[in-house]
Amino acid sequence: MKYLLMICGDESHANDGCGGWSEEMERRGVVEGGAGLRPPGEATTVRVRDDELMLTDGPFAETKEQIGGFVLINCADLDEAIEIAAKHPAAAYGTIEIRPVLEPPGVV
Amino acid sequence: MTFEEVYRQEWGQVVATLIRLTGDWELAEECAQEAFAAALQRWPRDGVPDKPGAWLTTTARNRAIDWLRREAVGAQKLKEVAAMTSESEPQYDVPDDRLRLMFTCCHPALAMEARVALTLRTLAGLSTAEIARAFLVPETTMSKRLTRAKQKIQYAGIPYRVPPAHLLPERTPAVLAVLYLLFNEGYSDVVRTNLSGEAIRLARLLVQLMPDEPEAGGLLALMLLHDARRATRLTADGVLVTLEEQDRTRWDHAGITEAVDLLETTLRRGAPGPYQVQAAIAACHATARTAEDTDWPQIAGLYGQLKQTPVIALNRAVAIGMADGPAIGLRLVDELAAGPLSGYHLLPATRADFFRRLGRFSEAASAYREALELAGTEAERGYLQNRLREVSAGG
Repeated sequence: MKYLLMICGDESHANDGCGGWSEEMERRGVVEGGAGLRPPGEATTVRVRDDELMLTDGPFAETKEQIGGFVLINCADLDEAIEIAAKHPAAAYGTIEIRPVLEPPGVV
Repeated sequence: MTFEEVYRQEWGQVVATLIRLTGDWELAEECAQEAFAAALQRWPRDGVPDKPGAWLTTTARNRAIDWLRREAVGAQKLKEVAAMTSESEPQYDVPDDRLRLMFTCCHPALAMEARVALTLRTLAGLSTAEIARAFLVPETTMSKRLTRAKQKIQYAGIPYRVPPAHLLPERTPAVLAVLYLLFNEGYSDVVRTNLSGEAIRLARLLVQLMPDEPEAGGLLALMLLHDARRATRLTADGVLVTLEEQDRTRWDHAGITEAVDLLETTLRRGAPGPYQVQAAIAACHATARTAEDTDWPQIAGLYGQLKQTPVIALNRAVAIGMADGPAIGLRLVDELAAGPLSGYHLLPATRADFFRRLGRFSEAASAYREALELAGTEAERGYLQNRLREVSAGG
């Protein structure tokens, strides 16, 4: 199963790195992609309504916890995804949301 | 055995097996339902088969195959399920299936209310309407809750299995917590007693399926001990009767004996946990011939073994007070008053009780009044009002 791990935390930890997590997960072959993100202050939000382009400076919502990075993983089941997320250093100071990736119909 | 009894006994197993075979919770439930409907038609005519469970599972499995064929869904899935027909008899009795179902229903990635509802529906076989009534929500709400939980299991990839050994220490308490919550829902409410019965039935099943898990035995013993006193907890008018004043001859002594035997066997494993300790406390009460015979020092010691939450600390203070005298109890309770228990009605109620035992009636009266202001259940309020009248009249 594929899951997106959305890594949230306040900005102060942005440059803390992953403390060996990435290396371990690469070794296990569960990581399919991902990246750390520049701070939400540099985000631009886009909406198109009635053919009109509307831009907003900043993220979806101004909350203390912001997505600081994401990882796409492919693993056996939710139990393994939870284990992988729990090992990520951000789990100890922020929050990691695990979202199953929408599979094309017929695959499940 | 009546049809109702067969249903209660076999439902969980049939559903659990069908989920394993089809991987589809909705389909498993529908096919199980159809199998029981078929049995209801045929058994009175043809007689009850030797192995009703196997008959039901085979029938449900055949319905699943028919359905999969009709819908022409996933040729692969159909092949998997149909492969089962080549077995001389489908494995309806894989002992793990119901345990697998129990752990999956109680997966911590599901909301607590979803875990409880799912357990009642898939394992205990209560209808959605029955579960909705038990939790005082509209049937459509409960139906949505169940559907959502099943969807999450399927789409979020919650595995259908008994967790591997390294996960058991965190997952087993999740299962026990669901069963205990279910029991308490039924125990705290005279109208919903059937929930306690279901919880006991499921705990018995868990003990049978996890014979090496002492906390399962501890939980069952704890439930049986509480349940044995059910009939004496309230007066005919629904007013709370304290343990001290309950009519001990009306306790279910066969239930107490069963629980105490179970607890002794369980404790001999030498791996005590919170449910076993709580059961041991309940056993101290249940086996005291009179209230005066209660082994309070032992109870105080047992409370000391539990994680010291504020409520446990209050109970421990009561036990120490009963063992060493109300003045000491009062001092311990007063120490707790400043903490997170302020605003909890049992705190002034406990103080009031110690004042009453010390003969300090006016202080007792004001503490009873304070407790009454903080509400509690109707049964508790009735009790507190009676006490307030008593101490106001000079004890």
